[in-house]
Amino acid sequence: MRLRMWFCTMTLVLATSALVCGKPMSGQAQKAAATMHSDPSEKDGAKVFQQQCARCHNAPEGFSPRISGTILRHMRVRASLSKEDEAALMRFFNP
Amino acid sequence: MWHSTLSLRNRSLMQTAGYAALLWMGIASSLVSGAQDTPLLSGGAGFFTSTNGGNTTYLPVVEPLIAVPIGPHVLVESRAALLESFFPKGSSGYDHSHFVGLTYLQADLIGSKHVTVVAGDFLIPFNTYNERLSPVWIGNFQSGPLIAGVGTMSTESGLGGMLRGNLVGSKKYAIDYAAYFSARSAQEQFQAQRSSGGRLSLTLPERGLDVGLSYNRVLQGTHENFYGMHLWWTPPGTALRVRSEFARGHHAQGYWIEADYRTQAFGGLNSFVGRIEPVFRMQQTFRRDTIVSDSLPFVDTQRADFGLDYNLPHNARILTSYSRQFSESGNRNIWETGIVYRFLFPAWKGR
Repeated sequence: MRLRMWFCTMTLVLATSALVCGKPMSGQAQKAAATMHSDPSEKDGAKVFQQQCARCHNAPEGFSPRISGTILRHMRVRASLSKEDEAALMRFFNP
Repeated sequence: MWHSTLSLRNRSLMQTAGYAALLWMGIASSLVSGAQDTPLLSGGAGFFTSTNGGNTTYLPVVEPLIAVPIGPHVLVESRAALLESFFPKGSSGYDHSHFVGLTYLQADLIGSKHVTVVAGDFLIPFNTYNERLSPVWIGNFQSGPLIAGVGTMSTESGLGGMLRGNLVGSKKYAIDYAAYFSARSAQEQFQAQRSSGGRLSLTLPERGLDVGLSYNRVLQGTHENFYGMHLWWTPPGTALRVRSEFARGHHAQGYWIEADYRTQAFGGLNSFVGRIEPVFRMQQTFRRDTIVSDSLPFVDTQRADFGLDYNLPHNARILTSYSRQFSESGNRNIWETGIVYRFLFPAWKGR
């Protein structure tokens, strides 16, 4: 009985997730994203950040550009980033 | 791990020496490395409280991380944990214990995107929690999942070598691997069991999917196998993250599933509302027999964690949660609150 209850809860969570995902990003957020990253290379970097970095952690709020290479090398080992991803992120960190 | 009582003086001396050596290497390397490859000092500092079954524990903790690039292909990195735990002493007053220890200390030789050689004391690549979510500034909950100890050999780290990288991949998919061998070590700072194993994962970045399988085998004492599976889903265009893991050991098994969400509908993620992050985690553990060789509860356990985090400006984060745990040994409520500050800055002036 308890097991059934837990699996029902789990199904509910997944269903809610699906509903949330079905709703696209708000127009305001899309506009903000477009304004923030008008350069195509920055767009690539933002996309790579979203796909590779944000799945584990939130973006740190600003850091010195002098350590951007070290951060990328650290993350390259952790997340098996390709050289292209690394280059896109480097451009994103240092526009 | 945190609640061991250890020789603070010896550990502190060793760590001070270790970090001094790393910093020295950083200073030396910064003279020859690029302007963006300055050694960094990162990590988290937090203060947590946990009320479990009516007893409140206070836990100030600092987890520093240092990363030192040497030349174009080598990175030396290390993370440590320093904490003091204040807990109720019988019916009156409080007692305290401390823990200072290295979480890992490894050197990475980056050959190509296909191969990185890791040597030293490294986090065991079993499922995802140990490597990705265990830092205090990343986890959505103060306490890790109940199955976090399965497959990580109770030490969470191995001493030896690891190969990792990308097997094949394109913009649409990537298959990554990690394979390691660890020797047995009883050295206080580098405790490890003789074991071997690895992880194979498939990532579909455009769909936000990450699926993987893990396998580890203990190669000392009673040889035991551990199997793991993870499934992460981060739908593109939203700030929803769904993560889950299953782990099976010789004597117990369990799973957890966690979802967190930040809305972008009220001025983006950095608005007052966008910084609010509701989190939910559900977990179950099942004991297969009465032999205990892992960190799972002695009896079958179900637990639901309801969290509400707030991402403050300037890299600070408030974590709060209420958990209800059900088991044959008694049901209980667990309340946890905490605040974490994440720091990230150059360790050396550089060029």
